[in-house]
Amino acid sequence: MKRTPLYAAHQKLGGRLIEFGGWEMPVQYTSITDEHLAVRKAAGLFDISHMGEVFVSGAGGGGFLNRTLTNDLGKLAVGQGQYTLMCNERGGVIDDLYAYRLAVQEYLLIINASRIEADVNWLERQLATFSQRNQVKLENASEATGAVAVQGPRVAEFINQCFPGASTGGTPLAQASDLKKNQIASFHRGGDTIWVSRTGYTGEDGFEVVAPGHLIEAVWDQILAAGKPYGLRPAGLGARDTLRTEVCYPLYGHELDEHTTPIEAGLGVFVALDKSEFVGRSVLAEQKTKGTLKKLVAFKMADRSAPPRPRYPIWSTGPAAARIGEVVSGTQSPTLGIGIGLAYVPPEFAKPHTALEVEIRGKRAAAVVVLKPFYRKPD
Amino acid sequence: MAKVPADLKYAKSHEWVRVSGNVATVGITDHAQHELTDVVFVELPEVGRKIKAGDPCAVVESVKTANDVYSPVSGEIAEVNSAIVVDPAMVNSEPYGGGWFYRIKLANPAELKALLGPEAYQAQIGGA
Repeated sequence: MKRTPLYAAHQKLGGRLIEFGGWEMPVQYTSITDEHLAVRKAAGLFDISHMGEVFVSGAGGGGFLNRTLTNDLGKLAVGQGQYTLMCNERGGVIDDLYAYRLAVQEYLLIINASRIEADVNWLERQLATFSQRNQVKLENASEATGAVAVQGPRVAEFINQCFPGASTGGTPLAQASDLKKNQIASFHRGGDTIWVSRTGYTGEDGFEVVAPGHLIEAVWDQILAAGKPYGLRPAGLGARDTLRTEVCYPLYGHELDEHTTPIEAGLGVFVALDKSEFVGRSVLAEQKTKGTLKKLVAFKMADRSAPPRPRYPIWSTGPAAARIGEVVSGTQSPTLGIGIGLAYVPPEFAKPHTALEVEIRGKRAAAVVVLKPFYRKPD
Repeated sequence: MAKVPADLKYAKSHEWVRVSGNVATVGITDHAQHELTDVVFVELPEVGRKIKAGDPCAVVESVKTANDVYSPVSGEIAEVNSAIVVDPAMVNSEPYGGGWFYRIKLANPAELKALLGPEAYQAQIGGA
């Protein structure tokens, strides 16, 4: 198993380490519920160094990426990022990711840990046939880079202590807490550059930090110390999963895979059909007009029951009850105290209030389709 | 350090047994609840069900996993603890007290001899 530069830090904090996509990562430090609630009420700190970082630069970089990603990169000002997807020719998702414009001709892609190899291979293959490939530089910096996510309503109160002073690149700012949602800025530390963005995977306010691998432990320690008086707790992959499920954010390998399109996953808003040609466009355009055979729905368990979990069958109800799909993500929601989940079903079962059943250990338990998300942070 | 009360018997699969006459109370150990952390759901057997030692007879679910509870003894389920259905967290806070799972009329009290005593169970979980 691979280890991030924060492995020793996890051990010091008593993290329970598990295997995740080839990495040895903490699933929890104390309890998933406690860590989840800390993020919702105060702050939590996650090691996300296993994720991948790819830098794309050169005069042709923006055009190349806009041909390969579904969202419109042309909309990005310097210092701005966007959620986007990379699809194959059938519109199937190779990965979901964030793309940031660091400078006029410099972009940073933050990609899923489990997809680093697949993404880089795909990008290199696409680049090989790109007409302006001599004006594009692609650099996979994943091995040399670390990252952390600090998330929760109180993070803005101590983030400036961790990255003091004005930004040195990206969005011009007097202080880190001035970053607006989806903005990114750099802060120099000696000869190194640290990128800080106002983004996250939890549905709370927060920041993500990308730094050279040799710096990330110092960044982690600093954030832990600065955040402690505000209730900051280290948080593991278990809480990361329950948090993102509550806000219906997809996880590659669950809601998304190479046989599922962004339209089926309900992510059509991140597919810019009005920009120039990109890989998968024709399939996605057809799906947007004609519809799809499956749709991602959010559902809640109707009564107290065992929580829904990935791979549990989903049934329709009534006299013609049939197996219509399966759960792709599910858990007991720490915030809501009930079972919640996401599943793919035929579109006729996708309307809110539709009654469904989840098969748990051979018995079917009542559930109901609801609007996404399950949880929204208070304004 | 996980608690291992001296007056109980234990199964290798981390269930405990408290015997009173011909009835045994069964639950999961402090070590087991500590490994699970937050218990979010418990599924108990039906009263009247006949069980053989080693049968999976209940399910205890944490945030991340669903785990079978195996009956350490054979017999008929006499009573189940609905309190832990309503408040699964009691399994974590009172594994040997309010967090009990079910009571069973022993079909074969001789089976108790095959269970572990506190020292043997402590040795199995390794003073953790």
